[in-house]
Amino acid sequence: MKWLADAGRELVGLFVDDGSLALAVLAWVAIAVLAFPVLPVDRGWLAVVLFAGLALILVENLLRTARRRRR
Amino acid sequence: MIEWAHAGPSVVAAFLASFVEFVEALTVVLAVGVTRGWRPALGGAGLALLTLVILIAALGPALARIPLDTVRLVVGTLLLLFGLRWLRKAILRAAGIIPLHDETAAYSAEADLLSHSPRRVLAGWDTVAVGASFKIVMLEGIEVVFIVIAIGAVSGLLIPASLGAMAALLVVIALGIALHRPLARIPENTLKFLVGVLLSAFGAFWVGEGAGLAWPAADWSILGLIAAFLVVALSMVSICRRGVAVERAT
Repeated sequence: MKWLADAGRELVGLFVDDGSLALAVLAWVAIAVLAFPVLPVDRGWLAVVLFAGLALILVENLLRTARRRRR
Repeated sequence: MIEWAHAGPSVVAAFLASFVEFVEALTVVLAVGVTRGWRPALGGAGLALLTLVILIAALGPALARIPLDTVRLVVGTLLLLFGLRWLRKAILRAAGIIPLHDETAAYSAEADLLSHSPRRVLAGWDTVAVGASFKIVMLEGIEVVFIVIAIGAVSGLLIPASLGAMAALLVVIALGIALHRPLARIPENTLKFLVGVLLSAFGAFWVGEGAGLAWPAADWSILGLIAAFLVVALSMVSICRRGVAVERAT
C-alpha cells in the first residue's frame, strides 16, 4: 500500500507546491463560481476581476516567500 | 480563424511543457542505462509508456461524458494550480531566491544512488533499475498527459496538442541518442517560466468560461491573458531580484 500512498502524494505534488498558494487559488475560483454570477456587474468586467485576483494572489505569495527566504 | 487564438498557444505550450518533462525523464533513464544497463532502463521506460497509453485510452472517453462547463471549470482550476506552481517556482529561481534546477547534479545523484543499490533480479530483469526508469517516465509522463488533455481536450485541439508533445518526445530522444548525457544546457527555467505563463493563462480562461463569465474579446482573450501574466511575472522577477540585491548590499 506504500506505493499507492507515494503515488497519491506525487499526484497531489503536481498541483500543490506551496499550500497557501493552492488554497488561495481554490478560494478565489470558488468565489468566482458562486458569487460572481449573482453580482450586478457586467460579466466582461468580472472576467477581468478574475484575472486581477489571480495576479494578486501570485504577487502576494511571491513577496511573502521572498521575505521569508531572506530572513 | 478564431481557432488560431487557441491552436498556436496550445501547440507551443504542449511542446515546451512536454520538452521540459521529457528532459527530466531522460536524465534518470540515462543514469539507469549507464549504471545498470540499457535493457532495464528501456524496459522500464517502455512499460511506463504502455501504462500511460492504457490510462489515456481509459480516461479519454470518460472525459467526453462529463458536461463541458464542468470539464472547463475542473480542468481550468487544475491548469491554474499547475501553471501558477510552475510560474511561482520559475520566478523565484530567476530572481535568485531559490537555486536553479541542475540536470547534471540530478544525473550524478541518481547514478550514485543506483550504483550503490543492491541488484534484485526477477525473471532476468534488474527490478531496481526497471523500477527507477518506470517511475520517472510514469511521473513525468502523467504530467505530459495532463497538460495535453487539459489544453487540448477542452478546446477540441487534442490532436495539435498531442502532436506538440510527440514532437518534444522525438526531439528529446534524438538529443539523448546523439549526446548520451543529460541535457544540462537546456534553459530549463526559461522554458518553465514560459510554460507557467501559458498554462496559467489557459487556466484563467477556462475557469472564466466554466463560471459563465464573458471574456471581453472572446477566444482572443487568451492572447491578452498570456501577455498580462507575462507582464506580471517579468515585473515580479525584477522586484524580487531588487530585493535580493538590496539584501546582499547591506
